[in-house]
Formats: sequence, C-alpha cells, structure tokens
Amino acid sequence: MTNAHHSPALATPVRRPVNLSRRGVLGGALGAFVLGVTLPGGPLRAQGAAATITPGTRVRAFLDIRPDGTVRFRSPFIEGGQGIFTAMAQIVGEELDSDPARFEVEGAPPGPDYLLIGGMRFTGGSMSVRMSYETMRRLGASARVMLLQAAAARLSVPVATLTTEPGRVVHAASGRTLAYGDLAAAAAALPVPRDPPLKAPADFRWIGKPVPRIDVRDKATGRARYAIDLTVDGMLHAAVQHAPRLGMEPGPMANEAEVRRMPGVHSVHTLPGAVAVVASSWWRARRAVETLSVSWTQAKPGTAHAMPADFSSDGHRARLMAASGDGVAYESDGDVAAGLRGAARVVEATYDAPHLAHGQLEPPSALARWNADGTLELWCPNQAPEMFQTAAASVAGIAPDKVILHSPMLGGFFGRHFLYQTANPFPQAIRLSKAVGRPVKVIWSREEEFLRDALRPMGVARFRAGLDAHGLPVALSAVAVGEGATGRWFGRPPNGVDSSAVEGIAGKPYAIPHRRVGQIHIDDPAIIGFWRSVGHSMNDFFYETFFDEMADAGGQDPYELRHRLLANSPRHRNLLEAVADLAGGWRRGPYTHADGSRRARGVAMASPFGSEVATMAELSLRGRTLRVHHLWVAVDPGSVVNPAIVEAQIRSAAALGLSATLVEGVVYSGGVPQARNFDAYPVLPPDRMARVHVRIVESGAKMGGIGEPGLPGVPPAVANALASLTGQHVRSLPLSRAGFV
Amino acid sequence: MDLTINGVTQRVEVEPDTPLLWVLRDTLGMTGTKYGCGAAQCGACTVLVDGQAVRSCVTPVESVASAAIHTIEAVETDPVGRKVVAAWVEQQVPQCGYCQSGQVLTATALLKQTPNPTDGDIAAAMVNLCRCGTYEAIATAVRKAAGA
Repeated sequence: MTNAHHSPALATPVRRPVNLSRRGVLGGALGAFVLGVTLPGGPLRAQGAAATITPGTRVRAFLDIRPDGTVRFRSPFIEGGQGIFTAMAQIVGEELDSDPARFEVEGAPPGPDYLLIGGMRFTGGSMSVRMSYETMRRLGASARVMLLQAAAARLSVPVATLTTEPGRVVHAASGRTLAYGDLAAAAAALPVPRDPPLKAPADFRWIGKPVPRIDVRDKATGRARYAIDLTVDGMLHAAVQHAPRLGMEPGPMANEAEVRRMPGVHSVHTLPGAVAVVASSWWRARRAVETLSVSWTQAKPGTAHAMPADFSSDGHRARLMAASGDGVAYESDGDVAAGLRGAARVVEATYDAPHLAHGQLEPPSALARWNADGTLELWCPNQAPEMFQTAAASVAGIAPDKVILHSPMLGGFFGRHFLYQTANPFPQAIRLSKAVGRPVKVIWSREEEFLRDALRPMGVARFRAGLDAHGLPVALSAVAVGEGATGRWFGRPPNGVDSSAVEGIAGKPYAIPHRRVGQIHIDDPAIIGFWRSVGHSMNDFFYETFFDEMADAGGQDPYELRHRLLANSPRHRNLLEAVADLAGGWRRGPYTHADGSRRARGVAMASPFGSEVATMAELSLRGRTLRVHHLWVAVDPGSVVNPAIVEAQIRSAAALGLSATLVEGVVYSGGVPQARNFDAYPVLPPDRMARVHVRIVESGAKMGGIGEPGLPGVPPAVANALASLTGQHVRSLPLSRAGFV
Repeated sequence: MDLTINGVTQRVEVEPDTPLLWVLRDTLGMTGTKYGCGAAQCGACTVLVDGQAVRSCVTPVESVASAAIHTIEAVETDPVGRKVVAAWVEQQVPQCGYCQSGQVLTATALLKQTPNPTDGDIAAAMVNLCRCGTYEAIATAVRKAAGA
C-alpha cells in the first residue's frame, strides 16, 4: 500500500497541468497525491506503479471531503443518463455515513485506482454497480474509520466510544460532535484500514431506497455540461466532411481557395478519410466544410474495413440468409439431430434484424489542447478512459502519461462511446490542434454522425424445432449468422464463437431435452459496435418470437408453454408469474378492450447481463396502424441499490426496444447509409411510447445489470402480441418494413 | 445586430443567416441550448421567441433581431418556468439530460399559452425527441406543473 505516504487530499485542486515526475507522484511530497489524482492518473500506470495498487482501495484517489462537508467523489464510471453518479454516492455515502445529496461526482481520470472491471475500466455491459458494489462499500467504510480515528485523536477518547451520524462523528458520552469537514485533513493523513466493518443491510439508510438523482436539477435548467459544451481559452472550432465510404481519402479540393475566404475560416485541412475546416465558430466551420468540393480517391486495396461501393443492406441480408450449415457449436445439450429426426413435426423459420444507429442526442465532439509542457489535454465523450488515453497517445505520438484525458457527462450513449477507431472524433481534434497550434474543438454534425456511427450489427437466425406428438418441443436447433461487436473490437476466439453473436439465443432457461446453438461468422462490412443490450437486442427477438411459432405449431398457449418448460427453474417461473400478475393476468387475445379496440398480448423472457426479465406487451391494430398500449416488465436483478433509478432504466430500455421494434433500421445502398438525420432515420416519438409498468423482484440472487436488461424482451413481446392479433408471425424488424405504422 | 436575450440586449457580429442556436452557443457562450440534429427534427435547441417555442437550429438570427428571446439559462426567472423546473425535479424526469433544456422550454411555452392543458394539448405540444425515452415522465411533469 502506498497510501500512508500520501499527503492530505484536501488541498485545492490544481487546474493547470503539471508535469509530474514519478517521484513527485509516489514520493509523498505535500500535495503531490492530489496532483496525481486530480490530473492524469496515467503516470501511475504508465510507470509501472499499477502492480502496487489494488483498484478501489485508495480512499484519497476517490474522495475529498471539503471543509463544508461536501464530498467530491471521482467515479470510476461515466454518467450518461443511467444514474451511476447517484448510485456511487449512495453506496459510498452509506458506509461513509454521508448524505448522497452532499456528493459532487465527476468522472475519474485514467489511472490504476479505477480499474474495477476485471482489471480494466469501461462503463458498459450493465456492469458498473454489480462489479464495484462491495469495493465501493469498503471504500466508504474505510473513509469512515479514518474519520473516526481522527476524531478519537482530536477528542482524546477511545475510538470505540465514537459513532457517526450523517456528516459527523458523535461522542455520545460527552455529547460532543465533530463535522467530517473539520476532520477530513487529519483523517486523510491516516493509513487506510484493510478490513473496515460494513453495515448490516438492515441498517441501510440510502442503499435500496429511491434516493433522488444528484444531477436532475442541473439537467432541468441547462447547467449540466457535456463535452460539446466545453470551451478553453483561445479555442477554434472545427467541422469535418467525411469520405462517403470508409477507406476513401481526400484528393484535390477544387474550390479550396474560395472556401478559405469564407467568413471566419481559419484554415482548411485534410485528415485520414476526411477534410476539415477550422474557423472562429462551429457554424462557420460547418458551412465552409460542406461547401468544399472534394475529389475522393478510392480505397487502396487491403484497406481495413474499407466500405465496398456495392454494399447494400439488402445484399448483406441475403448473404446472411444464404449461409448454410449449422455453424460452430456454442451450446449443446442432448442430441439435437436425433431429437429432430424423432420428432412428430419439425417447425422452421429464419429471422433477421437490421443495422441500428445509436442516435444519442449529443453529437460526438472532442476538444484537444497541446500544453506548453508537452502534454496533450483532451476532453471527449468516452466510456473507457484508459483505452482512449492510450489511443490518443498513439495518435499524438507521445507517451500515454502525457495525455490528460477528461471524461465529461454523456448526452446519451447506449454503447456509442467505446473506442471504435473511425467512429471517434478525438484523433481529428488532436491532429487539427497540432496543425493550428491552438486548442480545437471538433463537432460532428448529425449528418456526419449518421455516416460514421458504429452500428448494431445486422443479424440473422435460423431455427428448427422438433415437436412431439403432443405438440411439445423436444429438440431445438438455432444458428446465428453474422458478426458480434465484442469479437470485432476485443478479438474472437480462434475457431470459436463470439458470445455477443449468440447471447439471447444461447443461455435460455427452457427445458428442451435436445438443444444446439451454433454460429456462422460472416464479416459485417459496416463498422459495428455495442448498442444497448448488444447481441440480446436482436437475439432474444429471434428466439422468443420463434418460441411462439413453435407453440402455435404445437397447439400450445405461448405463456403456458413457457410456464411448463420453466418447471425446474423457479426463478424464471416466478418472474413469468410476476409479469402476468403485474398485467392483471395473462390473456393472449384477441379480445375487445373497453374502448372498443381489438387487442392482444405477447410475452417474452430474457436473461441479459446477469439479470432476469419477463416482458408482456398489449397492442391494438386499426388497419395497419399499430398501437402498443402497455409494456409490463418484471425484472429480477438479484438486489438493487436505487429502485427509482432501476425503474427509470427499465423504462428507458423499454423505449429504445420499442423504437427498434417499430421504426428503426439503417439502410445502406451503394456503400452509403441512406439516412443522415432523424427525418429519414426515425426514432420513437412521444406519441408512440407505451405505458410502461415495472415490477422489481429482488430474489437475492447475485446482483445483475440494469442499464440494458429492460430492452431485449420488448421486441419479441410486441411481435408476439402482433402475431396473436393477426395470426401471422413477422420475422423481420422493424415492423414498419412489414407495413405496420 | 442587436439581440434581446433573457431581457438583456447584446450586439453580435455574425452573418445574418446564422442560426440563432450557434449565436447563442458560440458567440455568446450560452451552452444550455443544445445542438441535436440541426434540422428541426429533435427539438433539443428549443428556445422561446416572443413566448413561442422555436427551434433555434433553423432560425436565422436576423429573423429574431427585434424579438424577445428566452433561453433555458433564464427559465427560473419566469413563474411558469419555475413551476416546470420544479415539476421536472419532482418527477425526476431527466436521464442523460441532453434534450431536457428543450423539453422544459417547450413545456413552459405550452403552459404560458394553455395553463390547463388536456392530455391532447400536451401530446400535441410535447413532440421533442428523447432518446432515453423519458416521455411518460415528461407528460406527468407537465400535468403536475399545470396543477401547481
């Protein structure tokens, strides 16, 4: 532990970068620790100190308690709407005994203290709370013990005679109290205790309660600051025009001289795969860059991920559909071939889902500033600070410890702000800032964002089910065709299967004796990425909708068949019953609602990100006008920290799932996306939102994720309800392409 | 040209067809008004012009030179705006928050013109996009603000 060598964490944060030597960071000079954590954590990591640091243990890397008792907390996870800053304040505040409302939370800089996702750090995979819950409790508890020890010394009483109440240490025998703010400096000089006592859950004051979010007022009054809002002295603005197809490079610009004379234009630049204009305002830069007449050269042979000129969504879908065979086995039980051979009847169907755009409302941006000391300061939306720091260093041609990365609040992300090479604007900001010798902020217009977003992959799944003489499934073969996002960016096991390509088809709880899930890998020509609930976003649609086809073929009610096949899985069966109860009972329909509309319901199960979910949908149809009236979602994440935030996340995920079900799909033709703004790429508008009802079931199972699990059940529940109404199963998303509007 | 923003008249030197959004954000540093689409599709850039909700990303600044412009920065100086913000906080509406400046001002414009809106009035007025899907909370908050 290096903690004991460090100085108090309460010194005034330093605003300007300082080039810290390793000795300065680790040697314990007064204030050095504060510099080390307020500025880049990178030096610690880059210089080999990581091995000496256990992530999530060094109190001073996370917490400063100010004299007024407010707590400044550096969050390992980035806030983007999911409520993680509030959850961190609750968890740490619970054990620290400090009201979460007194926390000011910010994204932590890169550094070894924050690598809480299996030695890495990212905000994604619905992992933040479940991966850090115990560690963050211990961190808060450690800080409380340090405050108690400091108070014992101050009052000259045994520490065992002291207790705390929110924000203060209490000596009950004498009635004396000491505010945390008055003890913080002395406490920070103490060693961090190894095994601080934790509260009994029965004594929780904030964990498990619907504590208000700490950022809501700022977000309701325009005070919240996102990357796109940031400015620094002397900053110029830049806009870009990307090559129409990835891999093409800018050639001559016929009207460059004319564009240089446009109002406010500072300079015109070529970049890898793009041209840029730097100007005195972003609007001037944008107008100028869009005026540029650029000759684009074709991609050089062998260019990685070059977009073919003939690429089309229809063509790629046909290619996936045409893939034959059972693929590489990912999951297998029993003997599916024998099961299918022995079946009284075999049901087959093929499903597909399109590429999707993230459509987060904050367009990507990046602000870069080269400092006089050789450091590069970078502000950009990101879900993975250390990965961005390393990548930025590579672009800049400097060591990672020279990159000072700031990770602002995100205006929505849904997977958009991982490191996707060509889909992140920070390399452009770095290069332009270097070229002009001034800070530069690059903003991608919405149109450029639609051109360069990292898309949810397109996917296809082929199913064959064998039914016995009673219509019950005895064998199920599923083959997923396409490419997963995890394999694209983090590597695919050689001759193996990327789990993100099959999750939601694999891992289903139903008792079908002979089962096999296979995968056929076909490269996705688009730049693909993580999109809220990743493979589950389409695979649960494929599986759970086919389940209803299978049930119908066997003359089984889809709810009752699920219930029957979950007989030996009490957690899932309870959840299925919970969603039916929440919906006032299962009734498939069609039936006539009190308002005269003909309605029907559909149901689906999903097991995403360590949580379990049961979803029910009710919809009506008038002509081809589809109205989803209700979504009922029962979710079992094991246990929860903030039920109000959990409910908000389930509602949000349900909305995105509904959007993908009803209206969304990226269409490529001639190698370019046909939609470049929300007029041609519709997302769910308010008048198509369903009423969402949420029930949280805390089974006590291992804590699961929350940000994504509300999504995967929605597409199949809606599609199954539609099939209940029409008698026909739609096998392709979005439903708008089948004429349902 | 002179612009009157939140009751203060300021002189700006910009091309007359510059969208109001970028005058606010880049020229005046008022970043509470957000850029989302630049094409009047999403409503993140909504401001009030003479009390009407207007999408500033497609509003040439010259067209509002003689108008009273109000932005999110001053929303709580207006009694209706204050009620709306209070309802937004009470209902815990925002998630990522990026669209909420526009949502709050759209609700403020609605309630200034229609203090007791029907659900139909709310649906007709509150058409801005929210990618976090906070639509139900928004409608509830508008009803609460109307009743406050």
